[in-house]
Amino acid sequence: MVSEAESAAAGSWSRDVYQALKDQGIKVVGFVPDGGMKEVIDLCLADKDMKTIPLTNESEGPSLLAGCWLGGAKGCLIMQSTGVGNVINNASMSEVCQFPFLALVSWRSSWAEGNRWQVPMGQRCRDYFKMAGFQVMSVDSADEAGASVAAAAEEAFNTLNGVGVFFSQRVMGVKRFLR
Amino acid sequence: MSARNYAYTLNRREIVKQLLKGRDDMPVVTGLSSAAYDSVAARGADHPLNFNLHGALGGAAMVGLGLALAQPEKRVMVLMGDGDVLCGLGSLATYAISGANNLSLAIFDNGIYGETGNQLTATSQCVELGEIAAACGMPVARTVDSEDQVDAAVNDLLNAQGPVVINFKVSPKHPGHLAKTRDGVWMKLRFRNAFLGQP
Repeated sequence: MVSEAESAAAGSWSRDVYQALKDQGIKVVGFVPDGGMKEVIDLCLADKDMKTIPLTNESEGPSLLAGCWLGGAKGCLIMQSTGVGNVINNASMSEVCQFPFLALVSWRSSWAEGNRWQVPMGQRCRDYFKMAGFQVMSVDSADEAGASVAAAAEEAFNTLNGVGVFFSQRVMGVKRFLR
Repeated sequence: MSARNYAYTLNRREIVKQLLKGRDDMPVVTGLSSAAYDSVAARGADHPLNFNLHGALGGAAMVGLGLALAQPEKRVMVLMGDGDVLCGLGSLATYAISGANNLSLAIFDNGIYGETGNQLTATSQCVELGEIAAACGMPVARTVDSEDQVDAAVNDLLNAQGPVVINFKVSPKHPGHLAKTRDGVWMKLRFRNAFLGQP
């Protein structure tokens, strides 16, 4: 049995990201979790003014957020890089209908990845995301996190496009596997 | 043909007409093909509160959930075929934990992929979507396969605390295509202008 342990403690960047989501008026958060986003997800779950729900598959994300927009609300999807492939078919609806799609992606294999199974999607996720017609942004240092999410949200909801913010493991901390 | 769907008799068009009659202020999200045409047959091609997907198989369920979470005071009706629901089966689990008590999903289960050559779906063999929805813990979920059960099912879809999932066993006979827009941007703008402009 392999047990896993989180090493780096996420710092204030998680609160900055949550605050950016609040300031941007995000009301609905769908997620398929990654450890790196744990604190952001926990802050959203604890916020009674946000509806934060686990999804069974990242493919539910673009459709969920499209429905939010039809109803006049803003939402975002939190997932890890392995989930990028799952969103692509439903992402066609975002493109065809010009729905906003804001995704916060924990970018595995971006720095000292310890799980070989994370490498294929980690190395290609940004390219796949761009091929789906979306824009990509990267967060490589903790002090950029809040501003990056705010900028991505501004762009997604004003240009009615998809924007993914890819968080490097240098920011989130590297997942350590016990050997 | 031994598949059990050839015993299904309910008329999907009549059920949708009954469901949407006098409910012009109710937002309706449909999946691909027949469910979309059913909504057009009931309300006309120009109804602003129809949002019809023409791709993203399986996605209509979650569009409905997003809409229901955004507007918790308004009943949201989702219409999908069995092939569509099967493609996003996990969404039934997401529904069940969503707390969206204003959300209803009517499934029109004809046991076939009717737009692509009538290949049999899993429901034509042994899979029961009504039972899956019930097992997910949905407040109201069941399969309806006879006329005498339709009125109560329609009433639950319109009024019960949800999420409500009703799986109607409908005739596999294709009810025909109707002309409608596939312009997604136009449908979205039409929907938002009508829906968000409501008092």
